[in-house]
Amino acid sequence: MVLIGVLIVIIGFIVRINPLLVVTAAGLATGLLAHQSLYDIIEQFGTAFTTNRYMAVFIATLPVIGILERFGLREQAESVVAKIKAATTGRILTAYLIIREAAAAAGLTSIGGHAQMVRPLVAPMAEGAAEAKYGKLPDHVRDDIRAHSAAVDNIGLFFGEDVFIAIGAILLMKGFFDQNGIPSDPLHMALWAIPTAVAALIVHSIRLHRLDRSLHKLFHRENGKGRE
Amino acid sequence: MWLSIEAVYIFLGIVVVLGSLWTFADRQNPKRFTSGLFYFLYGVTLLFGSIIPPFYTGVLVLIMVAIVGTGGLKLGSYQEATPEERRQHRDRLKHRLFIPALLIPVLTVIGVTWLKNVKVGNAFLFDPKNVTLVSLGLATFVALLVSMAMTRTTPFMAVKESRRLLESIGWAALLPQMLATLGTIFTTAGVGTAVSNLVGNIIPTHSLFWIVVAYCIGMALFTMIMGNAFAAFPVMTAGIAVPLLIKQFGVDANHVAALGMFSGYCGTLMTPMAANFNIVPAALLDLKDKNHVIRVQVPTALILLAFNIAAMYVVTLMDL
Repeated sequence: MVLIGVLIVIIGFIVRINPLLVVTAAGLATGLLAHQSLYDIIEQFGTAFTTNRYMAVFIATLPVIGILERFGLREQAESVVAKIKAATTGRILTAYLIIREAAAAAGLTSIGGHAQMVRPLVAPMAEGAAEAKYGKLPDHVRDDIRAHSAAVDNIGLFFGEDVFIAIGAILLMKGFFDQNGIPSDPLHMALWAIPTAVAALIVHSIRLHRLDRSLHKLFHRENGKGRE
Repeated sequence: MWLSIEAVYIFLGIVVVLGSLWTFADRQNPKRFTSGLFYFLYGVTLLFGSIIPPFYTGVLVLIMVAIVGTGGLKLGSYQEATPEERRQHRDRLKHRLFIPALLIPVLTVIGVTWLKNVKVGNAFLFDPKNVTLVSLGLATFVALLVSMAMTRTTPFMAVKESRRLLESIGWAALLPQMLATLGTIFTTAGVGTAVSNLVGNIIPTHSLFWIVVAYCIGMALFTMIMGNAFAAFPVMTAGIAVPLLIKQFGVDANHVAALGMFSGYCGTLMTPMAANFNIVPAALLDLKDKNHVIRVQVPTALILLAFNIAAMYVVTLMDL
């Protein structure tokens, strides 16, 4: 019965009701089915909402980024990249992927982030590289490049950070095994994270290379049509 | 301690509450009162979260959800700079524009690495439990002062510009916190054990290969439901990995941990429940489809999930 909440979430996301409503409904339903009182459930909403305020910390970057955008930061990032002949969308994103993943593996997870790096710098640079080559981009291509920029930040962070010993994930796993009386060693966990970390870098770099090729093909074809 | 995470929340709260005042006064916004109220209440929960009794915070949260649900949250007008204005500013400032933007990561890293154990008097300079977040908060504050000095803008302009960005994110700003709430309720209601039992009933327990498959895919799927690999790991590992992989087949716990957690991260890349990685960035980058980031990530996630399964199976076979 408690799985009703899971069901509500899945159905809600499939039929695309506003996620905020879906999540609230799922929380209320699950709580009521587990025989909690409405007061308790609302109290849990309040407690969890307050303890998870750290998730809102990205708001701290908005005043700076907002001012800089007003003064042309995005355009400046685009124009810098447009001057570099060898720059392509895929290469810029690959470079950022490498930096992000290497930094995370060294424990520097706070280099990067969507609010502080992707929106003001990485996405405009990736767009600028494509614009310099192909001219004005249609909206769906622009969105695709932006989505790829966000994805690179996630993938670099996720698959880099577990290579670092003192990261939360490793400590959590160590703690779990200790509680269950199973011998484990953070150093070995971090070591065994390396193959997947390398695979992530290779797999995603290949996909970014293919993004370049598909952009090239897309605009080549459209230009070809234009000439006919 | 001199700088706690609470100070960062107060900074956030001030930015959001002040921004809401412009929303209340924004005549171009057809729903300016409900929209303004939404951001005002959100700011209040950031500012006073630790003082307001949890039940009342819960009520405020439900009011915000109700505003979103009844279509009371609308975009307004933001008097953005025209492309021509931006060009003029850009010609004057050029590459200096990058300085404040790059100050944020640089100062954050400096804070995390060097100021972690610094004490002034008897107290830590930074909240030792939240060094990264406090560093980030302080770094953005310094970067803000530098950018205001450089562009000769007022704090009001900073608030107005952050209001423009925050309102483009809209309700998605609340989602990560709400999903975390759902996670807590799921945990207390015993959703984890129910899922783990379900998986345990389906898989054939004599085949190492199928257990590895079930554990890795289970980690990914349960992470997709909970939005968080950290929540999935104890449940799936206690349910499948400890009794079957580690105790029955003698697999090294370190392999299980590294590859299992990464399988969970593959799930994180594929779910709207991981809102601050997938939905908030989509809103932040003005993408029309809020699932666009997820769509782009799915191929990489599936390939790496297959890699993790293969790696765990092969490594285990070699050890046996």
